[in-house]
Amino acid sequence: MSLININGVDFLYENENSDRPALQNINLQIEAGDFAVIIGSNGSGKSTLAKLLNVLLTPTKGEIYIDGLNSSKSENTWKIRQKVGMVFQNPDNQLVASMVEDDVAFGPENLGIPSPEIRKRVDKALEMVGMAGFQKFAPHKLSGGQKQRVAIAGVIAMEPDVIVLDEPTAMLDPQGRKEVMETIEYLNKEKEITIVHITHFMEEAVTADKVIVMNEGNILHKGTPKSIFRLVNKLKEINLDIPVAAEVAEYLRSKNVNIPDILTIDELVNSLC
Amino acid sequence: MLIEVDNVTHIYNDENNVTALKKINLEIDNGEFIGIVGHTGSGKSTLVQLFNGLIIPSSGAVKVNGKNITDEKTNLKETRRHVGLVFQYPEHQLFEETVYKDIAFGPKNLGLSEEEIETRVNEVMGLVNLDYEEFKDRSPFNLSGGQQRRVAIAGVLALKPDVLVLDEPSAGLDPQGRKRLADLLRYLYHELEMTLILISHRMEEIAELSSRVIVMHNGEIVLDGSPKEVFAREQKLHQLALDLPQITEIMHRLKDRGLKVETDLFSLEKASEEILNRLRGCEKC
Repeated sequence: MSLININGVDFLYENENSDRPALQNINLQIEAGDFAVIIGSNGSGKSTLAKLLNVLLTPTKGEIYIDGLNSSKSENTWKIRQKVGMVFQNPDNQLVASMVEDDVAFGPENLGIPSPEIRKRVDKALEMVGMAGFQKFAPHKLSGGQKQRVAIAGVIAMEPDVIVLDEPTAMLDPQGRKEVMETIEYLNKEKEITIVHITHFMEEAVTADKVIVMNEGNILHKGTPKSIFRLVNKLKEINLDIPVAAEVAEYLRSKNVNIPDILTIDELVNSLC
Repeated sequence: MLIEVDNVTHIYNDENNVTALKKINLEIDNGEFIGIVGHTGSGKSTLVQLFNGLIIPSSGAVKVNGKNITDEKTNLKETRRHVGLVFQYPEHQLFEETVYKDIAFGPKNLGLSEEEIETRVNEVMGLVNLDYEEFKDRSPFNLSGGQQRRVAIAGVLALKPDVLVLDEPSAGLDPQGRKRLADLLRYLYHELEMTLILISHRMEEIAELSSRVIVMHNGEIVLDGSPKEVFAREQKLHQLALDLPQITEIMHRLKDRGLKVETDLFSLEKASEEILNRLRGCEKC
């Protein structure tokens, strides 16, 4: 069985005037160890999907199983939240303590883990996100990218099976984005943590195992990065950013230049010259 | 001269005493569209806050329309009518019950008549593409992030500034939101002939929109010129660890490999055509 199993899920926000569900008939499996990237523009339903994964919301219809646990059963809520760690968009809204190490310790403390073990976990988690040595720093003195990495460390310290990141780079500068993406890739490739990364920056999907494209509450495409990026025109129609190299390649292809699937500038340059 | 910055140094008066600006000299003329780029911490935001007196520099002088605004006797309220500043994530500053009231807040403080205020709110909502009747009575807090940002920008435009300064206005917007914003800035610049100053990390945006690019690094202006001039300095930008616009990076790399493309085309369509033409010109490179 897959780590995450989403079967025929609909979600309708109760207080909204619209009858259109935020999610419609979603079917998706994510395996342990996957690096899955969900892309979609604003309003596509991608954040709603994220909130369903750690039971901040439960499906209106259908079921979600996390490691075999049905999220609609209330007795599973806390077990699932230990398995699924969440990182949100705004780094300033998720750091609560006045010192980095206290912030990272907040989660494991709430799990009732003994102090010596917490100490170990905090130091290890900070090391994993490249923030070793920042234990005594005040979070507000950190850059955006550093804050987001501390938020990720706080999640790692709870030793989840999967980390769901909901647009973690949207508010960061290019340097911060790079730091966070490198951290996520490291955690997935080296530490074998399952990652569900939600973004509207398509470049961030280039190294994924699985890319899921969402639009208006539906899954529009599922596949490898290359299979998805070939749909340049379609993706533009639904208001997504296309890597410039992929767009140039698509233009040349439309003019009968023989060119393979392209994701990066390196690939484009190598295939042309 | 619209804005003159004369030998300005600014040191933040906190425990770290960071020198944010070092001996800056800069002149900005009416009708320019200035793009400012640089890393976080390079001094960009500090620089633009000098222009309406939010920051009084540690030393040096700033003149707006010939008036020295670093002089204590200067009425900054007057200056702030001329220089409108849109901060990062300006939607965080929305506070009123309705979109109308939020946008009207500035004009009201200028002591304008109800009639004039209504005309202005109507006008600026049109500019930012929010239908007046549909949105005026709605709570700004029930709008999408992109719409909220447009309300915030409208609030600054309602003051009818001569200069509009925007600090990372496209951060966090999706492609459609960014396109709308770019269209608005083009309109303000070309049709209303406003002077614009845009801070952005998106080099594509800067290259396509601005008439002059200023590159900052460690509190200093290190490059200043037209987009073509500045983005031709590939090595200098790489040395500063700043990106070129992606399309420019592609053109430079192709040229290095021997494909004789022009490297100063910033629109994706034109650059793609250029690559195609060069490829057809020589079968092998």
